[in-house]
Amino acid sequence: MSAVEFILASMLAAATPFLLAALGELVAERSGVMNLGVEGMMALGAALAFIIVHNGGGHFLAFLAAGLAATALSLVFAFVALGFRANQVATGLAIGIFGQGLSALFGKSYEAMTVKSLPKMSIPGLSDLPVIGGLFTQDIVVWLSLIVTLVIGIAFARSKVGLVLRAVGENPKAARAIGYPVIAIRVGAVAFGGLMAGFAGAYASVVYTPLWADGMIAGRGWIAIALVVFGTWLTGRIFLGACLFGAVSLIGLTAQTSGLAIPSQLLSSLPYIVTIVVLGIISSNKRLLKLNGIASLGEPFER
Amino acid sequence: MMMPHLIRRERASLKMTLLAPVIALAVAIVLNFALYILMGKSPLDVFHAMLLEPILSWYSFTEVLLKMGPLLLIAQGLAIGYRAKVFNIGAEGQFILGAVCASSIPVWFPQAEGAWIWPLMLLLGALGGAFWASITAFWRVRLNANEILVSLMLALVAEQVLNYLLLGPWKDPMGFNFPQSVMFQMDALVPTLIPGTRVNVSLLITLFLSILAWAFMQKSFAGYKLQVGGLAPGAARYAGFSESGAIWLSLLIGGFAAGLAGAAEVAGPLGQLQRSISTGYGYAAIIVAYLGGLHPIGIILSSFFMAILYIGGDNAMVSASLPIAAVRVFQGSLLLSYLIAVAFVRYRIEWPTTPKGARA
Repeated sequence: MSAVEFILASMLAAATPFLLAALGELVAERSGVMNLGVEGMMALGAALAFIIVHNGGGHFLAFLAAGLAATALSLVFAFVALGFRANQVATGLAIGIFGQGLSALFGKSYEAMTVKSLPKMSIPGLSDLPVIGGLFTQDIVVWLSLIVTLVIGIAFARSKVGLVLRAVGENPKAARAIGYPVIAIRVGAVAFGGLMAGFAGAYASVVYTPLWADGMIAGRGWIAIALVVFGTWLTGRIFLGACLFGAVSLIGLTAQTSGLAIPSQLLSSLPYIVTIVVLGIISSNKRLLKLNGIASLGEPFER
Repeated sequence: MMMPHLIRRERASLKMTLLAPVIALAVAIVLNFALYILMGKSPLDVFHAMLLEPILSWYSFTEVLLKMGPLLLIAQGLAIGYRAKVFNIGAEGQFILGAVCASSIPVWFPQAEGAWIWPLMLLLGALGGAFWASITAFWRVRLNANEILVSLMLALVAEQVLNYLLLGPWKDPMGFNFPQSVMFQMDALVPTLIPGTRVNVSLLITLFLSILAWAFMQKSFAGYKLQVGGLAPGAARYAGFSESGAIWLSLLIGGFAAGLAGAAEVAGPLGQLQRSISTGYGYAAIIVAYLGGLHPIGIILSSFFMAILYIGGDNAMVSASLPIAAVRVFQGSLLLSYLIAVAFVRYRIEWPTTPKGARA
């Protein structure tokens, strides 16, 4: 298999943790809340999912438990940041540290163990195509993630739920004035973000690289938050960004196996460096950020 | 539904400002010890090992002082930025760069002698940390990029820089392949302050810088401008205070302090560059800064407590076989408790006496 074929075939799977977490953060941010605890919520989900699969609970139960646990953690965030109007940056960081701590605590006795991943499903005809065939051979979670992406994209563009969410994020006072329960909607959006982060963590630990190591999320939660900015809060662009980061993390792998004399540490830090560079490029276009940015992001709501 | 409301106080409550960290601490202790009981640990054993043992003997007390140094120094730097609403959360990376830059002298000149070596190392470390933070400042000021994400990404890059050096060019050739540098010569170590312990002169430097931080924030015009920028950005702009100046100043101070802390760590208790130079000091210092109310005096107290928690966590791992990750859980829940408690500085809670009907 050539490097191009390998990257095409594995890109979507590598992108899925980024994609799921970023879509969850997108929904939360659209409602005006910035939850920086994604890394911790993913880590908690990853640990629980791994423990369940390792003990024979199966992948479905693993994703369910990971999603619920991360949702619970996001509700703690909502309780502190929305209930008590605490600084959202500090609350998110606290959730991050807390979640990573819990993850390490639960996963301690599973260090370096492995589990079975999910089988790949192919699409007859498409999967047999030369070079790009691998793109159409994916596990079920990848297919479901693509559907969720589509649904979220359509929901923001056309549905009333999407419209209300955006209204709450753009102008909470006005949304409140016409009768929408701003805090309740924001709590719901944050909880959705938690659910998706839990799924993202579960995918990372029991499907994508089905082995447990403390700190295995390795900054992917933070990159997911950056992806929301890259995508200028638009679903389609976030999807493309997640694919880019999937590919970047694979370039590291292929370069390492190809025997090129590049220090492995440089390849490991490639996603972080790309994040910094892209963040600089996108953010310097102030007009773009202003056009799609969220007016009340991070501001506590007081009636 | 009868929901309690937060009502804004006429003026911030001084009583709550002082009480909030204490209440947060009490709540965090209760919650975490409940967790230890669930894990089947004896809460009294853990309490003794974690919170009492570190301050009961003279030697372990001095170890607490030793741990307190880097936490205090980093938190003082971060707090100045946080007051200006510049959120540098990548102190971990600035700390690592400081340690790396300081180590360059003993690694490249292992034979060098003279009393100038350790002061120069501390200076290099501080400059290295400031340099690493300046990338974030440049990205924020010139490219409008979010400093939270950039500073964190740079911390992850710094870890890889450290790994590269220790597995490659800076690895001790006689070190049995361990990822660590050569042991530093005597002149590359900060002189001991209290004989018979590991507490060294850098603690004095840290306390001196804490007083300086207090004077800067409370007494100087530059500190005043930073605080106005954080509390009322509109007013700061109207008064002509430069926002980009505030960002540069905040990040450079934060990076300088974290880099100095990193240098003091390798030139102090470690005596070499290692992979485990930081056990999350850069992240713990964020909690220290908040818990100390972002106030230089408060931070001295909160860093002392956080140092107890670090030493106590190690104790509890040995004597009560409590996983070391429990310390991170404690840190996270402590900050969450504090953020709730501190809400009562500006708000009071009001319970509705009569049901209001459909509109809650």
